Amino acid sequence: MRFCRKKAMDKTQMAAMLRDMLRARAFEEAAAQAYAQGHIAGFLHLYPGEEAVAVGVLHAAEPGDYVVSTYREHVHALVRGIPARQIMAELHGKKTGISGGMGGSMHLFDKDRRFLGGYAIVGETFPIALGAGYAVAYRKLPEAVLCFFGDGAVNQGTFHESLNMAALWKLPIFFICENNHYQIGTEIHRHSAITEVYKRACAYGIPAEKADGMNVIAVHEAAERALERIRAGEGPQFLELETYRYRGHSMADSGSYRPNAELNAYQANDPIAAAVHEAEYPYPGIEAVAAASANSVTRFADHCCQEGHLDDATVERMRREVQEEVADAVTFAEQSAAPDMEDAWKAFHRNRRFETLMEVAR
Amino acid sequence: MSEMFYWQALNRAMDAEMAADETVLTLGEDVGLYGGTYRVTEGLMAKYGEWRVRDTPISENSFTGLGVGAAMLGLRPVVEIMTINFALFAMDAIVNMAAKIPFMSGGQFPMPLTIRMPGGVAKQLGAQHSQRLEHMLMNVPGLRMVVPATPQDAYWQLRQAIRSDDPVIVLEHELLYFSKGRVDEMVPAPPIHQAVVRRRGRDITCVAYSRMLPLALQAAETLAAEGIELTVIDLRSLSPIDWNTCIAAVEQTHRCLIVEEDCRFAGAGAEFAATLQEHCFYLLDAPIRRLAGMDIPTPFNGTLEAASIPRADDIVQAARQMMARKEAAR
Repeated sequence: MRFCRKKAMDKTQMAAMLRDMLRARAFEEAAAQAYAQGHIAGFLHLYPGEEAVAVGVLHAAEPGDYVVSTYREHVHALVRGIPARQIMAELHGKKTGISGGMGGSMHLFDKDRRFLGGYAIVGETFPIALGAGYAVAYRKLPEAVLCFFGDGAVNQGTFHESLNMAALWKLPIFFICENNHYQIGTEIHRHSAITEVYKRACAYGIPAEKADGMNVIAVHEAAERALERIRAGEGPQFLELETYRYRGHSMADSGSYRPNAELNAYQANDPIAAAVHEAEYPYPGIEAVAAASANSVTRFADHCCQEGHLDDATVERMRREVQEEVADAVTFAEQSAAPDMEDAWKAFHRNRRFETLMEVAR
Repeated sequence: MSEMFYWQALNRAMDAEMAADETVLTLGEDVGLYGGTYRVTEGLMAKYGEWRVRDTPISENSFTGLGVGAAMLGLRPVVEIMTINFALFAMDAIVNMAAKIPFMSGGQFPMPLTIRMPGGVAKQLGAQHSQRLEHMLMNVPGLRMVVPATPQDAYWQLRQAIRSDDPVIVLEHELLYFSKGRVDEMVPAPPIHQAVVRRRGRDITCVAYSRMLPLALQAAETLAAEGIELTVIDLRSLSPIDWNTCIAAVEQTHRCLIVEEDCRFAGAGAEFAATLQEHCFYLLDAPIRRLAGMDIPTPFNGTLEAASIPRADDIVQAARQMMARKEAAR
């Protein structure tokens, strides 16, 4: 049995995670299609293959926590609760987008949901999370700051600078490495002297763990453990999640530098298929029980007893529903108005509460 | 009202804002126990504790970025970067983060961040510690930058910067920290970005800022004895710039001399000259003249260093030449 866990996860949560993974996949595939049709321009970095990471981690977070993400952040935003409509509209550069059409695919922000943004410069999520963590600690609040980054980002100076300060002042920051093994086209063995990323946290005395990023329950459990430690006042925590992106770095990248065998292997290990498999897992037949060792039978039985099970029909219904949600988001985005220059200036000047600036006389 | 050093005025401003608002904090290298390289944060750690006065490791990019992240959560951080030369490490935090986030988020996140740092040529600190980089930051929409030349302005403008919801760079000058002047903490401040006419005269409008202001005023004294009268404008802010005050002065003098410590090529003064000629072309009796730093890394040798940026005597010479041409044209 692939999924092995210490404690039971209730049926509702399992279903909710599965639904989010299906939504994530559907959303990104729809975005890819809109890009191919020319409705979305610019850079578009998609998430298929990595769903278990965002879903497992964010389902372990509280609404009061802060999330800092990268330029591959649509799914983080979606799982965090930003409506698909507003994300899709932002990808389309529309006024109804979550950033008013001023940010785009790589810069989704939502103050209400404490989504502190997608950052397009590799390594920027560290200092932003550092500052957010500092502010939380400053106010002595029980919140955590979730900081996402890829394996490529750990060679930026900000990684080391920020981990040092986070540990020095025991800030409530959860560092989450989405290790998809590639910084665009350079495989991790060619960009990092230490390829087991979590080991780097040890340089700063930050507790670190590594989990299977293709396994949503393993991710969720590891994230819960880390967040518990943060809330217990144990300071920053580090989690490396080994995962894989099925597509290229962005829509402009075919990903052709990766061996087919590697891609196929990861596709065979599809986190959604695994989650569906898990959610749908039927009670084993006599043969299956007989074929398994005693140990796995026990685990199997535990699992089947403790979890409620979904059936095929329910999963199918979920798939339909998320497709509808995403299709609605695309229609909404397409039909939304574009912002004009006045909207841009309004966004730019919105925070000038106290003073008027000098305008040149014409 | 009292007489104090420029650094003391900044210290008083920090203290006043920290006392008034619990969300104000300061961080940087040696700002706490040590009291700040130029004493600006002296005594603050003892008064406000280490969470509000935070000594940081030498990590400019990340501690400036820390200020950005903390500002997003509603704190009002004052980041001290020991000198502008080290701010080059923090350009990502300043340019890509602080200046962009309020806009990219569609206005969702204010950026009540203040970044204090000294720039300019001091006394034989070598090329890496003698830079004028204001032009780099002027060219970044979303950032604002003030350049106080007097203790009174240092006091006012730092307080105003801390209260601003936009990111403000307070560009100090290493040679001004120990200049003295009167500071009245009770008088209401002029708008943070307003330029001020420090002296009125009929012949030439001299536009200056930061440490070039005292030099311009000194030169104006010398010139007045010769019958050449300068209007001296202290810009006080480099982003935005109060053009109206400049234009109004040029309307009176019809001649304009820009004095900047920044390097001449694509320096701050290039923007002054370009915009002023757009607005004042038909008012001008002569081309706008720039006195600027030489386009060379600052030499260590003291004599060469001094010669590489405008001196009071250079301003006197330039003004005389401008007036001589006026006489010749008659």
